[in-house]
Amino acid sequence: MTQALTPPPKKNPQKRSVSPTRPPEIRSRAALHLTAAAAEGRFALQRCVECGTVQYPPRDACHQCLGTDLPWEDMPDGGELLAETTVHASPRLYFRERMPWRSGTVQLDAGPTVLAHVHGDVPRHGRVRIQTRLDKSGQGVLVALPEHDTPNMEDDPLMRALSADPKHRRILITDARSPHAPQIARALQKAGAATIFAGEAESWRPYPGRDALLELGVDILPMDVTDTASVQKMAGEIGGKTDILINTAHFLRPGGVLDRGDTGFARDEMEVNYLGLMRLAQAFGPGMASRTADGVNSAVAWVNLLSAGAITNAQPFGVYSASQAAAYSLSQSLRAEFRSSGLRVMNVFFGPTEEDDWYQPLPPPRVTSGALARSIVDGLQKGLEDVWCGDIAKDMRDRFRRDPKVLEREMTFGGEGA
Amino acid sequence: MSTLAKFAAAIADGSIKVVDLTHTLDPDFPVIILPPEFGQCARFRMEEISAYDHRGPGWKWHNISMSEHTGTHFDAPSHWISGRDLPRAAVDEIDVDNFVGPVCVIDCSAGAAKDEDFELTIPVIQQWEAEHGTIPAGSWVLMRTDWSKRSGAAYLNMKEDGPHSPGPTPEAIRFLIEQRDIRGFGVETVGTDAGQGSHYTPPYPAHYYLHGAGKYGLQCLAGLDALPPTGAVLIAAPLKIKNGTGSPLRVLALVEGA
Repeated sequence: MTQALTPPPKKNPQKRSVSPTRPPEIRSRAALHLTAAAAEGRFALQRCVECGTVQYPPRDACHQCLGTDLPWEDMPDGGELLAETTVHASPRLYFRERMPWRSGTVQLDAGPTVLAHVHGDVPRHGRVRIQTRLDKSGQGVLVALPEHDTPNMEDDPLMRALSADPKHRRILITDARSPHAPQIARALQKAGAATIFAGEAESWRPYPGRDALLELGVDILPMDVTDTASVQKMAGEIGGKTDILINTAHFLRPGGVLDRGDTGFARDEMEVNYLGLMRLAQAFGPGMASRTADGVNSAVAWVNLLSAGAITNAQPFGVYSASQAAAYSLSQSLRAEFRSSGLRVMNVFFGPTEEDDWYQPLPPPRVTSGALARSIVDGLQKGLEDVWCGDIAKDMRDRFRRDPKVLEREMTFGGEGA
Repeated sequence: MSTLAKFAAAIADGSIKVVDLTHTLDPDFPVIILPPEFGQCARFRMEEISAYDHRGPGWKWHNISMSEHTGTHFDAPSHWISGRDLPRAAVDEIDVDNFVGPVCVIDCSAGAAKDEDFELTIPVIQQWEAEHGTIPAGSWVLMRTDWSKRSGAAYLNMKEDGPHSPGPTPEAIRFLIEQRDIRGFGVETVGTDAGQGSHYTPPYPAHYYLHGAGKYGLQCLAGLDALPPTGAVLIAAPLKIKNGTGSPLRVLALVEGA
């Protein structure tokens, strides 16, 4: 049984912080599909269209019939631990620092035998569940978990390394004024977050969620993502103990290019949604990236909340969608820049939300703050990179994957008599 | 000794004091809040261009951005629809003589301390005149409320039904324009109108009548308690912005024998 993690002691200020190290990053192009599945928390393998064989490891041709049409399909996650070993010596710094390391071969119900990291609670030759997870290099790996949940299983060192669990971590919600902030804070607290900070812009203007945040014990500190100096000041104060940053800062107005007639709101959207993210990253990024191996409460994740309009322009929020596309692209740059540190960038894509007034004229379904908060916490616990929250966001993702042009055309129908 | 030489000597020996009536341009200084569908007044923002570093090794400088109506600022007649067709209604067109002139300060601080919706009415003006004399034509009239000593949420004082802060009634502002021919009207609050000024007829009477008559407004002034009721001279020169409807500015007062 996994020993429950206890809150980490205060750091010894005379000790040097541990530098981040990483497991091997190189993969074949075929194997990157495993990473793509892990980024969303799916377990998928190649299945040959020609002969139906499911294969692992990923290859460019079927090992049975040499067929090259090998789509990735979600697979049943059951299996049996065939053989295992506990590694006590490794030339890789990353593994040396984490010895002993348990790994084994698993006979999958789906067919192939795979090599996987093995959770400490899996009995010898026991039934297992296989999950794909992203490791500290941001690559997909397989992990064998006990068939049924065991107490504190998420506290196993293996799982801490393959997740961005909020438990015992200090978390910054960048915009306290977000209508989602109280629910997000509540969900994080339930997940065991040690401290929650929230940035508050324009404290001279009241907003409804403030009392709820104070009641939850959230530390509200001044920060406005459109004001570089205030972001730098906040990072100066708490940047060294921000383990997870959740960017809730968001500016939205409806309308397309012609409706608006000026660039005023577009500028605000870029200032908050795009440049705000950049200011936060420039102020908090380096500190967080240097603390990814800093013990139980190490820096682990950077979370962006993005409209699904980031992937294709969503009417009637045309200009706003452009700012989301810009933020999405910036998040990909951040991923590349954080890669060597192991700091995870998780994007949570959402459809129209219940709590944001600007979506009021849209018909249901809408995402609630509670659902958004659950998606964030679940994504962190599973160490995901891409989370799709709500039916509209998931539908847009699926249609985008089928054919981006068809989706674009569907999203841009005109009215009669224009 | 010429008048200006005497003037310079008086400043040098302290018999004329130069008083700053300006708030610092600070990113966190409140601006007026309109319903969210409307365009909004930009906050003051400052971005480093370089700071003796790789972006420019020997110098530090910033790009700044703001609205014409951010911080302590000047309202020109073209700011309001009632003044849109007047000649010389933009800040770059106004005769510079208008930027230096005498100032009357009506102390409403006691009333504003008791009532956050305190109104400057004709009787209040008449009572002030009984004590200090008739307001001379061409004067700035400033409504002192000590509101500039407030900060944070207390400054805008935004409630569910909108902001609450003192200001003039429609009758009072018409009296100042029509009976006293003032140069302009200035306040320590975020607008020349009361926080609840949208509920007068006409809405925002100070803006409507002042600018319709080609008069000027000064907003977010600070420290009016340092001015005497009469006798001071105000220097309020907006930036020369082409077709500008207003401008942030440094407002100075010259106070004799202070």
